[in-house]
Amino acid sequence: MSVDEMVTLEAGPGEIMEVSMGPHHPSTHGVFRMDVRLEGERVVRLKPVFGYLHRNHEKIAEHGAYLSAIPYTDRLDYLCSMTNNWGYVLAVEKLAGIPVPERAEYIRVIVAELTRFQNHAGLVGFLLQDMGASGTPLMYAFREREKILDLFESLSGARMMCNYMRFGGVRVDCSAEWLEEVRQLIGRLPRFVDEFEALLRANEILMARTQGVGVLPRELAINAGVTGPMLRASGVNYDIRKVDKYGVYDRFEFQVPLGDHGDVYDRYMMRILEMRESVKILEQALRDISDGPIMDPKTRLRGLRPKAGEAYGRIESPKGELGFFLVSDGTMNPYRYRVRPPSMINLTILEDMCLGQNVADVVITLGSVDIVLGEVDR
Amino acid sequence: MLGEGIIQGLLETARNFFGSYVEKDRLVTVQYPEQRHPLPEASRNFPFLLYDGSEPEAGLRCVACQICEKECPPRCIHIEKSKDKKPDFVGKQQFYPAVFNIDVSVCMSCQICVEVCPFDAIRMDKVFELSTSNRFGGLLWTKRELAKSNEYYQKIHPTEAAECDDRREKELAEAQAKAAAAATAKAAQAAAATAGAGTSAASANGASGNGAGAKPAEVPAKTTVTP
Repeated sequence: MSVDEMVTLEAGPGEIMEVSMGPHHPSTHGVFRMDVRLEGERVVRLKPVFGYLHRNHEKIAEHGAYLSAIPYTDRLDYLCSMTNNWGYVLAVEKLAGIPVPERAEYIRVIVAELTRFQNHAGLVGFLLQDMGASGTPLMYAFREREKILDLFESLSGARMMCNYMRFGGVRVDCSAEWLEEVRQLIGRLPRFVDEFEALLRANEILMARTQGVGVLPRELAINAGVTGPMLRASGVNYDIRKVDKYGVYDRFEFQVPLGDHGDVYDRYMMRILEMRESVKILEQALRDISDGPIMDPKTRLRGLRPKAGEAYGRIESPKGELGFFLVSDGTMNPYRYRVRPPSMINLTILEDMCLGQNVADVVITLGSVDIVLGEVDR
Repeated sequence: MLGEGIIQGLLETARNFFGSYVEKDRLVTVQYPEQRHPLPEASRNFPFLLYDGSEPEAGLRCVACQICEKECPPRCIHIEKSKDKKPDFVGKQQFYPAVFNIDVSVCMSCQICVEVCPFDAIRMDKVFELSTSNRFGGLLWTKRELAKSNEYYQKIHPTEAAECDDRREKELAEAQAKAAAAATAKAAQAAAATAGAGTSAASANGASGNGAGAKPAEVPAKTTVTP
């Protein structure tokens, strides 16, 4: 085929062209495919296809003891292993009726809010990268994220696969020096958020690119079960930290930022504002943390046999409502283990946000959903 | 004014660019492998087996109880128990692993083997530059590759190792005290037997049992894991 013939292959007016975006496409944040039907540049249909990274997470957890599922939860949303741990141990604690010492609760809040901060910093970096701000914002975001990961490493031993929480508490205690390091770091974080926001918030190109794009109406967001920053960007005041008050979240004063339009710009700003609230929570948690045990002394980690029954533990992970549903039949391993992954459920609404948009906007709409394929496919 | 936001953003990049020369906080990375960040003490990578004394494979603390093999989430540990026994550090007869393999290409560095080990025999290492050209055999570590000395452990995890050594010293002291108590009880029993009084022998037995204090080593396999 000559070059001239190739050029004439483009679709004529009114013709529908099918494009398979992904699975190996840098904008899809992993192995994820979108079957897009285009009329010119306009999207007329979009079908998300996922499952490429399916690793049988639920069945593996059902075949192992309760303890051995914890390291696997690290690998769900591999950017936020601490919050994944928390969701799972919360479900086991509900199932087996395990109390958690106060110090452990505070440590959990500290690591969870640090996780939220680094997830949002990373997400905003990636989102801006998707919009064409190549490299620079992502580099700044990862520079700060790295500092938080260093703290995780000196606490739990690993940067990302922390495997830190246990039902009945946390695995190792944090030292006074570690808390001091966190204190110093969060003293510097507000400056980073300010700069990061000033970098592109008022940028005219970015505003033209994101405002009114990928709008998710309030009713649709509620009906589709969307949670997390994405739901709040559509103006729904729903934060599980406020609704359930799990852990010790009832002791902290913080606000839940809400958006007005539910477009990509709102979702971007939502992450920036949540980072600020996370810093507020961290300051309060570091002020109030007291000495004490970090593990419930009666809990048996190995060979835990909860009574027959079921429990659903849910937390506000950085991406939305992360829930673990466990059914016990009184044996060593869960009879049923089910994950409610926030990024997958937030992703199901992608078509409705993209219809009628340009194909380039699909990329940033997807970027603003904040997905991690490890959690979508499990 | 149109373009104000862009200029504002460019000022930020300028601040970060020039700031990176004076402020360490703004530096993004180090030039690995010439420069390296020091690893924190808690950092972990893959498990190794601890040995006491000078002979790596003979001095292994592992008693082949196979708890780690059962609890390992990705099931990357393979242990075969020995036929005979040998004395451990408190002098108790224990099995030892005839085969102890860890497939490091499967291991996910979760540290659960370390947590469940009641004998302080397995710990996490810090080495991470482990690439090999041998795809299957190169990352299947046997006893020989896994055995590391207690001195090495003290070097990489000083705080943790100190705690562990303290605990073992206590156990040893308790075991010795128990052995001494048993010896005196035996002597007393012998003396009582020669005197012909059965009641004193019974009380001597009771005393030796109480003198034990903590159990020197908890015997495993109380629970079974369904695969």
